[in-house]
Amino acid sequence: MRRAGLYAFAAVAVLSAPCGLRAQEMAGHAHHAPAQADDADQPKGTDQSPGSLDAPAVAHDRAADRYWAPAAMERAEMAMMAAHSAPRYSAMKVDLAEYQLGKGGEAYRWEGEGWTGDVNRLLLRTRGEGQVGQRLDQAEIEVAYSRAISPWWNLQAGLRQDIRPTPARTHAMLALEGLAPYRFDLLAAAYISDRGEMTARFEASVDQRITRRWVLQPRAEIDLSAQDMPAARMGAGLAGAEIGLRLRYEISRKFAPYVGLSWNWAAGRSADYARAQGDSAATRAVVLGLKSWF
Amino acid sequence: MIDMPYLSRRGLLCGGGAMLACQPGAAFASAADRDRHRPTPSLSGQAITLSIGKGSLSIEGRMAQAISINGSVPGPTLRLRQGQKLRLTVINELDEDTSLHWHGLLLPFQMDGVPGVSFPGIAARSSFTYEFVVTQTGTYWYHSHSGLQEMMGCYGAIVIDPAEPAPTAAEHVILLSDHSFVNPARILRNLKAQPGYYNRQPQTLAGLLGGHGQALTQRLQWARMRMDPTDIADVTGAVMRYLVNGRGAADNWTGLFVPGQPLRLRIINAAAMTYFNLRIPGLNLHVVAADGQDVRPVAVDELQCGPGETYDIIVTPEARAYTIAAETMDRSGMARATLAPAPGMAAPVPPLRKRPLLTMKDMGMDMGSDSAGGSDSPGGGHAMKGMKMRDGSLAPQVAMGPGVEMINPMPMDRTGDPGIGLDARYVGASHRVLTYRDLVAQAANPDLRAPGREIEVHLTGAMDRYMWSMDGKTMQQAHEPIPLRTGERVRFTLINDTMMAHPIHLHGHLFELVTGHGQFSPRKHTVSVLPGGKVSFDVTAQPGDWAFHCHLFLHMAMGMMRIVQVRPA
Repeated sequence: MRRAGLYAFAAVAVLSAPCGLRAQEMAGHAHHAPAQADDADQPKGTDQSPGSLDAPAVAHDRAADRYWAPAAMERAEMAMMAAHSAPRYSAMKVDLAEYQLGKGGEAYRWEGEGWTGDVNRLLLRTRGEGQVGQRLDQAEIEVAYSRAISPWWNLQAGLRQDIRPTPARTHAMLALEGLAPYRFDLLAAAYISDRGEMTARFEASVDQRITRRWVLQPRAEIDLSAQDMPAARMGAGLAGAEIGLRLRYEISRKFAPYVGLSWNWAAGRSADYARAQGDSAATRAVVLGLKSWF
Repeated sequence: MIDMPYLSRRGLLCGGGAMLACQPGAAFASAADRDRHRPTPSLSGQAITLSIGKGSLSIEGRMAQAISINGSVPGPTLRLRQGQKLRLTVINELDEDTSLHWHGLLLPFQMDGVPGVSFPGIAARSSFTYEFVVTQTGTYWYHSHSGLQEMMGCYGAIVIDPAEPAPTAAEHVILLSDHSFVNPARILRNLKAQPGYYNRQPQTLAGLLGGHGQALTQRLQWARMRMDPTDIADVTGAVMRYLVNGRGAADNWTGLFVPGQPLRLRIINAAAMTYFNLRIPGLNLHVVAADGQDVRPVAVDELQCGPGETYDIIVTPEARAYTIAAETMDRSGMARATLAPAPGMAAPVPPLRKRPLLTMKDMGMDMGSDSAGGSDSPGGGHAMKGMKMRDGSLAPQVAMGPGVEMINPMPMDRTGDPGIGLDARYVGASHRVLTYRDLVAQAANPDLRAPGREIEVHLTGAMDRYMWSMDGKTMQQAHEPIPLRTGERVRFTLINDTMMAHPIHLHGHLFELVTGHGQFSPRKHTVSVLPGGKVSFDVTAQPGDWAFHCHLFLHMAMGMMRIVQVRPA
């Protein structure tokens, strides 16, 4: 081993010698004599501090135009700059697509979003739920423009169209969506309907990775209303709340089945509306579903 | 000319393998064997023709789509001689524009090969001829500068021999790269939709309960900052295969040697998105050149090589096989090859080591007083008290916006650090790892003037949006170049405001790193800036427009790039 080391050093000495010959600088390179030998105390080369010259003005031309067809350079520059601009990406996300088994019977629910853009995006959101074998209870579709306002937060504005319950309303929407400290996904949305009704919705969830593939996701939602809306089964004030706990298994990043529990409460007058229709004000369900994107 | 299998042109002088090399049919029992020993072709002379076309690459028995040069990945090794004239004709057989850039070569800017900056590019089904004089010696490489073609395999090695005949020695080119069975555009889209998509080594609750990684308080601290200490590479072994000279780990590219004789390895990191930590268990690595420039020999056990960098090392193997182990920085995979005195031999392949974690130091929050202890521990300490993560007033030139998730509060000179995951905590105190400060130029630098001014460039990004930029602006947003005067001596200081290491490459120049070595500063064309760190270099401006960018290709594509504009004063 030691012998090998000696060989290696000898080899290094031999191989280094001819290569010591410095590369010639390209034509036009300024050459400068090395500093005098006697000023040994003076910093040399990169040990010196930089001066404070001003930067030259930017020239608004292309050096390459002197060698190549300017029109071709123009096209190539445009293409290069475009490649470094905001290209368009898009994706479809299915956050919830689940079957719910509770005391009140079987139900289903979905929540998903499609987007296109880069940092600023055009969003299409939809969510809904219903009893198995019956009409849809609730369904809505929302179109919004999402604008990045910080590394983690987006300001979103758009329109929401309710499909159920009927009569269907149209709402204007303004929301703040993003990633809060501790990596909570948050959405706070305010709505005003075509009849002047004001409502709001808050959603929060967090992914807790148990192992590389098992992820536990606690999730909460609160719905508020500024007025009684019997048809929508929403009473003034706190209208309803939901807490969910879903455990998913990431077969891949894009395909993760889950099981979980979901609790729903209708509060105050909303509870009265629910009872009036023969539903209970609080429900609990075991959920089976799929979280996915593509 | 076409090289013999196993041994490079000079390597034939080693003798031993030459006969076998001439009779490949006899030597190789199986297709796999042939594949293992499939040589990278080599071209030399004053007129060289390269054809870029659609191709494929067999990695561990599976075919991957590729963009090949003269039908191979990597493309032919260009074996040149200092002082020669070179006429390089590039034929584009693709249905899209292409280009070739000569990485590390000093040449007139209009031959540098960056579409839209130095030339118009090479249109589909057309050709272009580059003409320049080869002025340097050493190890370099070339690659496409169009789209994500480099990530598809469009690259090759350049070796330039000195004009004067030199003592011959055996040598091998060790070209490291990454390649995927998934199209690069799809990889990028997955990252845009879910930036942690390829991080398959996250911290978990199971890990916490098992006592692995950060303690709970540190995890909470990092979560509060929305930072992930396992976010070391965007694109990992989950989707990439790691190659040596175009061969996968199981393909086991093998380079032959004569025992007891010195062997020069020309290491090139041609990977699009991967830092490699290279070691050869059982061998001292004598580093003799960095980025093609001779340095005073320094012996190490391991070195980190960023994308775009090259290192020449000399080893003296004994009569047994050795494994070249080039582990990715995030430890998600390994490029592996074998050095052996005869074909068919192999040495044990070291297992992947424990995945490292980023620390407060990688956030620019090292308080210095106890850098060896507390604050260097994973996520350590309470260094951040009173420090803001995103204080724009610390960097007035940075356009604060959604693309800037942090401003390094206390940029440190980390050129004495060995790179993420290679400090003593992970590899042991006796394991010698190369640092930039170990590099000392063998000859005095050609320009010893003090820089007339300093240009600060902040490397900025937002991981949660997969945005990368300089000074908070993408190439297009900034649009303006960095102006220099011809012949001017300037100092660039690169400040890393992200949690990732970035290999920054300046085209057409060799710059001197400011690492305290005065007139013997190491000369490089690509420098890695560690997270939380800053790096300065002095450079003498050459006329023309030059690309200046992060050599992680997806970062460049996202806009971490500028044009350096050099005009007469």
